[in-house]
Amino acid sequence: MSAVENEGGRGSARAVALASFIGRFLVIAITTYLGLLAVTFFIGRVIPIDPVLAVLGDRAPANVVERTRREMGLDLPLVEQFYIYVKSALSGDFGTSVLTTNPVMTDIRRALPATTELATLGTLIGALFGVPLGVLAAVKRGSLIDQIVRIIGLIGYSVPIFWLGLLALVLFYAKLQWVAFPARLDVVYEYTFTPITGFYLLDSAMQGQWDVFYDAFRHIILPASLLGYFSLAYISRMTRSFMLNELTQEYIVAARAKGLSETRIIWGHALRNAAVPMVTVIALSYAGLLEGSVLTETVFSWPGIGLYITNSLQNADMNAVLGGTIVIGSVFIGINLLSDLLYRVLDPRTKTG
Amino acid sequence: MSAETIQSRRDWLLSERPASRMQARLGRAYVAWRRFSANRLAFLGLLIIIALLVVAALAGVLAPYSPTFGDLKGSRLLAPGAEHWFGTDDLGRDILSRILYGSRWTLYVVILVAIIAAPIGLLVGTVAGYAGGWTDAILMRITDIFLAFPKLILALAFVAALGPGIENAVLAIAITSWPPYARIARAETLTVRNSDYIKAVQLMGASPFRIVLRHIMPLCISSLIIRVTLDMAGIILTAAGLGFLGLGAQPPLPEWGTMIASGRRFVLDQWWVAGAPGFAILIVSLGFNLLGDGLRDALDPRSGDQ
Amino acid sequence: MSGGPNQQRSMSALLDVDDLRVTFPTRSGLIEAVRGVSFSLGRERLGIVGESGSGKSQTGRAIMGLTPPQARISANKLAFDGIDLLAVSPRERRALRGKRIAMILQDPKYSLDPVMSIGRQIVETLRTHEKVGKAEARDRALAMLEAVQIRDPARVFDLHPHEVSGGMGQRAMIAMMLIAGPEMMIADEPTSALDVTVQLDVLGILDRLVSERGMGLIFISHDLRLVSSFCDRVIVMYAGKVVEQLKASELGRAQHPYTRGLLNCMPRIGFERHPLPVLDRKPEWAA
Ligand SMILES: Nc1ncnc2c1ncn2[C@@H]1O[C@H](COP(=O)(O)OP(=O)(O)OP(=O)(O)O)[C@@H](O)[C@H]1O
Ligand SMILES: [Mg+2]
Repeated sequence: MSAVENEGGRGSARAVALASFIGRFLVIAITTYLGLLAVTFFIGRVIPIDPVLAVLGDRAPANVVERTRREMGLDLPLVEQFYIYVKSALSGDFGTSVLTTNPVMTDIRRALPATTELATLGTLIGALFGVPLGVLAAVKRGSLIDQIVRIIGLIGYSVPIFWLGLLALVLFYAKLQWVAFPARLDVVYEYTFTPITGFYLLDSAMQGQWDVFYDAFRHIILPASLLGYFSLAYISRMTRSFMLNELTQEYIVAARAKGLSETRIIWGHALRNAAVPMVTVIALSYAGLLEGSVLTETVFSWPGIGLYITNSLQNADMNAVLGGTIVIGSVFIGINLLSDLLYRVLDPRTKTG
Repeated sequence: MSAETIQSRRDWLLSERPASRMQARLGRAYVAWRRFSANRLAFLGLLIIIALLVVAALAGVLAPYSPTFGDLKGSRLLAPGAEHWFGTDDLGRDILSRILYGSRWTLYVVILVAIIAAPIGLLVGTVAGYAGGWTDAILMRITDIFLAFPKLILALAFVAALGPGIENAVLAIAITSWPPYARIARAETLTVRNSDYIKAVQLMGASPFRIVLRHIMPLCISSLIIRVTLDMAGIILTAAGLGFLGLGAQPPLPEWGTMIASGRRFVLDQWWVAGAPGFAILIVSLGFNLLGDGLRDALDPRSGDQ
Repeated sequence: MSGGPNQQRSMSALLDVDDLRVTFPTRSGLIEAVRGVSFSLGRERLGIVGESGSGKSQTGRAIMGLTPPQARISANKLAFDGIDLLAVSPRERRALRGKRIAMILQDPKYSLDPVMSIGRQIVETLRTHEKVGKAEARDRALAMLEAVQIRDPARVFDLHPHEVSGGMGQRAMIAMMLIAGPEMMIADEPTSALDVTVQLDVLGILDRLVSERGMGLIFISHDLRLVSSFCDRVIVMYAGKVVEQLKASELGRAQHPYTRGLLNCMPRIGFERHPLPVLDRKPEWAA
């Protein structure tokens, strides 16, 4: 019954609960990743009539085709093929890209920071505006601001992102000339600037190259705002719903009975409680932006994984497409799993029990 | 009809003690309809979807020009005007006409995806929920695995392997969108599985197959419909995205996403070529979202306006 | 109400309630939760009893100013220490809450903020109403925890609500509400959600603190017998109205059939009864 009086029994129960949680978590993580690999294996090896041609294209010389066929282990039974496939995927070997002639992993490593930087900035913008808007909508439920937030959210759920991106380019780049042309940096800087982490905003700031920082900012701000809008639509809607739920709880009545101001009640109590599920939502929105990068990056010529995948698609470069799919899929799944974990860590109610 | 008969009819519908199952069902539908139609935005959504259906049916009558053949000489890339309300594209085709015909492809995609994905989800979910045990555990693990995948990227990879085309896009979207339906169907199944009603059917000797098919599946339909409606907008957006990347419908099909893709080249100067079809996508998605929200609120008052 | 004027009303009354009404507009019409309640309270213990839904909580919340915004409140008089509660600004009303009028809610499991430590929640009340430094606030909170008979205040200070038992949680709640030294306290079924074994402890603590500090107490409960042993006076409510007001010692002479019914419902040791009287309680001891 009482936690304070009965420490010992609780401690061991806690250890058991934790162990079973970790066990369940591992099962979920492993099966999900295996599932992802099984699906990409299926797409790459089972659907195509000749997987070698799918990888090499139909103009490859016969001896190369033969070698690749052996390398891919296509003469082995399917289960064994899958085993080899998983092993090489785990070691980061996704084959070679026909288009760039590099190992796919090398290409991806180069492209990943661009995608991450964009998605991170987008999520930051989305959370920065989405959370307050959602709180406001919940507190002033039914008011004009609630309606406006609702409409903003609904449009965010309904608009094709690539189309909005194109229109934004027309307006802010072509007509108003507020932002730079679609790319990551001006060509001048492409050669003078040496990235460290691959996050250009961060790198240029660390090196004190403020002209590069400004240029990077002018390039990233439009796609990031666009992604931010989508993230805002989702985050504000979820924040509103969590806040409405918290505001009906008894501890809110108690907080009022203590004489706290509404501001303090809303931001200090209700939002702090809503923050726990909010972390999950923000993580999911981040994962969603990573996925959405395929479309955004295409529109903004942003040299990330999304653009890499679409370029490869156009050239029937299956190794690159599937490698990119696995990497984005893995990050996506990883964030999903992590947000579950985070939920447990952040909520004092589940942390110990 | 006098006010009195209307009043008495309403009383009959809202009766606390319905005399027949029919009356109870009609009464419930009436209450749901009142709640739904009181929601102005949901009603707007319904109007949009009805308009979409009408336009798709009558595209041949409504469209002023041919969707596939344009006047290459005289009317390339014309700005919106009296002749061509939404302007013309690079092949001189009237954009309005193409959009009107394009509504058919939008409907084609959402209906096909729903017809493929919903039954898969229904089957998986009801079987898992009714069988329980290992069957349930394995089916649900598979469902959750699919649920954890990034849908758009996976659909992309599928189409890449299957080859571009609207049928393959539909297939790819369907493959990635059944898991939520399985979850819903399973949850509904679990709530009825141990009911006296199902017990009674079991006692009468019905086979598990028959019980699932005849008695459990029908109970899952209404929540499934809500969910499918809510997903329609997402399906349209995914299909348009695939079209935009050149993987969905192929030119010259007047599919809206594909139209945006081909308008992209001149977007800086002739923004309407890409602008108009995107706007059509926005309106239709919005319609489905509004309708779905309204349906959910009307049929499931618990969820409130969350 | 046909019971005549309020005999107990005196010049020194802490709280004066005359013809209090609380109405909720809903889709299916108006719900009158409280329908003309009148009473006054000195520095004494007043019990309010009645069955579930009789409007006890809404009466208490109307006095606190915690009625949901969509509800309408009216009264000929609703005055605390001469302050017309319906006329003052929301800001002044808020300054009264926690500082001069406090309230204890039913279930500590839900009425304490789950993600804030108990100590911080107590300190928060204090620092909302008094300008005190961090260290002093902590010391006073610890002293207050000791006053509600928590053995190891320094440890409990840092615990979160889910880490303590129901009895301990309710003591923390009392500490949180009493730390700013209110003159009046509304306790809305403070022990209904607790284990029977700790109910008496908590009541004892509440009783001692209230009498030590000379506070006025409104004690809301289902349990007529408990109320009569604990309070000086009792109000019996039914369907939003006061059906009877009497001294706790004169409970045996209750006139109203509803009061008598409530009395009969109470189990008494040594009397076998069939069928067992049904006491309605919320099943909130689960989990
Ligand atoms: N937000 C609300 N909207 C509509 N009606 C309400 C609302 N809150 C309370 N009521 C109604 O007010 C009446 C009185 O409620 P109240 O909570 O005061 O009862 P109570 O005597 O405290 O009951 P209990 O012993 O169960 O706590 C109830 O019938 C309830 O239906
Ligand atoms: Mg109550």
